[in-house]
Amino acid sequence: MTQVPDENGRFGKFGGRYVPETLMNALMELEEAYQHYSKDPEFIAEVRYLLTKYSGRPTSLYYAERLSQHLGGAKIYLKREDLNHTGAHKINNTIGQGLLAKRMGKTKIIAETGAGQHGVASATVAALLGLECKVFMGEEDTKRQELNVFRMQLLGAEVVPVMSGTRTLKDACNETLRYWVSHVDDTYYILGSVTGPHPYPMMVRDFQRIIGDESREQIQKEAGRLPDYVVAAVGGGSNAIGMFYPFINDESVKLIGVEAAGHGVDTEEHAATMTKGRHGVFQGSLSYVLQDEHGQVQPAHSISAGLDYPGIGPEHAYLKDTERAAYLPITDAEALEALQLLSRTEGIIPALESAHAIAQVMKLAPTLSSDQIIVVSLSGRGDKDVQAIMGYLEGGM
Amino acid sequence: MGNQVNAIDAAFQRLRGEGRTALIPFLTIGDPDLATSVEIIGALEQAGADMVELGVPYSDPLADGPVIQRASERALSNARVTLVDCIEVAEQSRNAGIKLPFILFTYYNPVLQYGLERFFELVTAKGISGLIIPDLPIEEDAELRAMAEEAGIHLIPLVAPTSNDRVKRIAAKARGFVYCVSSLGVTGVRADFHQGIDEFLATVRSATDTPIAVGFGISSREQVERFSKQVDGVIVGSAIVRKIEEAVPLLQSPDKKQEGLAQIRAFVSELRG
Repeated sequence: MTQVPDENGRFGKFGGRYVPETLMNALMELEEAYQHYSKDPEFIAEVRYLLTKYSGRPTSLYYAERLSQHLGGAKIYLKREDLNHTGAHKINNTIGQGLLAKRMGKTKIIAETGAGQHGVASATVAALLGLECKVFMGEEDTKRQELNVFRMQLLGAEVVPVMSGTRTLKDACNETLRYWVSHVDDTYYILGSVTGPHPYPMMVRDFQRIIGDESREQIQKEAGRLPDYVVAAVGGGSNAIGMFYPFINDESVKLIGVEAAGHGVDTEEHAATMTKGRHGVFQGSLSYVLQDEHGQVQPAHSISAGLDYPGIGPEHAYLKDTERAAYLPITDAEALEALQLLSRTEGIIPALESAHAIAQVMKLAPTLSSDQIIVVSLSGRGDKDVQAIMGYLEGGM
Repeated sequence: MGNQVNAIDAAFQRLRGEGRTALIPFLTIGDPDLATSVEIIGALEQAGADMVELGVPYSDPLADGPVIQRASERALSNARVTLVDCIEVAEQSRNAGIKLPFILFTYYNPVLQYGLERFFELVTAKGISGLIIPDLPIEEDAELRAMAEEAGIHLIPLVAPTSNDRVKRIAAKARGFVYCVSSLGVTGVRADFHQGIDEFLATVRSATDTPIAVGFGISSREQVERFSKQVDGVIVGSAIVRKIEEAVPLLQSPDKKQEGLAQIRAFVSELRG
């Protein structure tokens, strides 16, 4: 496969920089700084140091024996991103971008958040590096993720509830970009996924590829060969691209992204951007978008705030259209069932986002033989969701 | 098609002769409804506007502040206004006798979904003279720009105080006028403009023979006057949209509609001076 993105931030036809002129200079400065520091051995060593000593990397690749036996079929390995500091893969990216912000001489960082995981990871890194931090969060999400709001405040960040539009992640992203335009001098925007304008999709992928790099090495050490399938949940797609990227040239490895089907892809309430979306420009890049026939972006729905997003990173659109990866929908109900199964068979409560990936594995594993291997990204732990899950399980769907 | 003089060029030429600066108001089409938008455009013309920006409401208006965001939300929820509706408002306005040049202000995705070829056929047929697409920087606009040239529609680019060495490249491609963003941030009323605004405007002026206009945050006669010696046009958006917002209850009442339109007319007359 050819190297993507190209110099204009294009993954095939996808990606680009569809932003107001007021942001172009900031994006070009950012790209320049990233190109410079990503080749700077000192910067690389600093990122590596914090990932190791602060976040606890490498995370383990764990053979989920009881889950594998229960499902019957393939051997299932969990890449334990939930064991990172702050409980999810998001910290891989915020450490990288936080250090970059510092190198660029910025004293303030801003971030958007849906479930709150990226907000927490940003607030954490801000505290660690002595940066001021503002996190924009949809008002509806601040309610369903109250605990994470408090965690961010405890870490010294200011949480700004976003009242515009859908009051969820989509509009939190818009508001962060708007704020950035007017505070670009001293403020760095830590975007949390592989979405948005170039260079974010490339940069966030590079900071997250450690998930796949480690997994690829670990599975070969453990099983003596590459996996047959690699599975990860996709909202914006950062944990999935991080997992997939190092396997892209391994043709025998099938890549499956799992998106949130909410109440079902045939209802109005889902976040199945790949299954039901069309090509379009949204929040700075050309990719798949959930939209109506007139090009208005449609609100998404998912039980998981982290997947509740009507767009997806442009590199995923490229992997889909080149058929290198497949993207499959999992409903709220299927994710809840998977969450309970993993909790009971392995003693691991996954985040609702990660539970979508597990649900796909529940479908896939029994169709495979016992000498086949699935590696699945367990992107985050479920503690943040426990209260919501209690509500769903007691109240019914 | 490209042989006819574009109405925007004709307007600037006439204004130059008269020694006047163009007043270019913006409104969100469909706020509060499509028929009222036609009447508001009429009121803008009567009040002395020289051309008008027809804003297409969008679900994710990245470049816009709260006032225009709210107008978009009203237009989308009340009237489910589409790109085509907005373009047809131009035709209806012509049929109502309005002569102002029309500039369509739209985010890129609605245009992309409609299809670029069909889009240019439609805007040409319905009397649109110019196009502003705030989320289509020069790096991404090659295809659309070529089609606009072909259709004789002016693609009006934005330049910002941070555009630096991009100013020249942007200005070189500009048609109609160069839209100079007065300050960093989103659209909306503000007291202060970007530090170095005068230098910035001078830089743009020296980079091109195309007319230049300034916008973002301009809301008073005083501010219009402040810029009128430096630029060929002044764009007033959020301040007018806010006037319309205040007048919505009047505009929606058959008995009081004229009163609402009169308030908007009075505000724009005052800006005109």
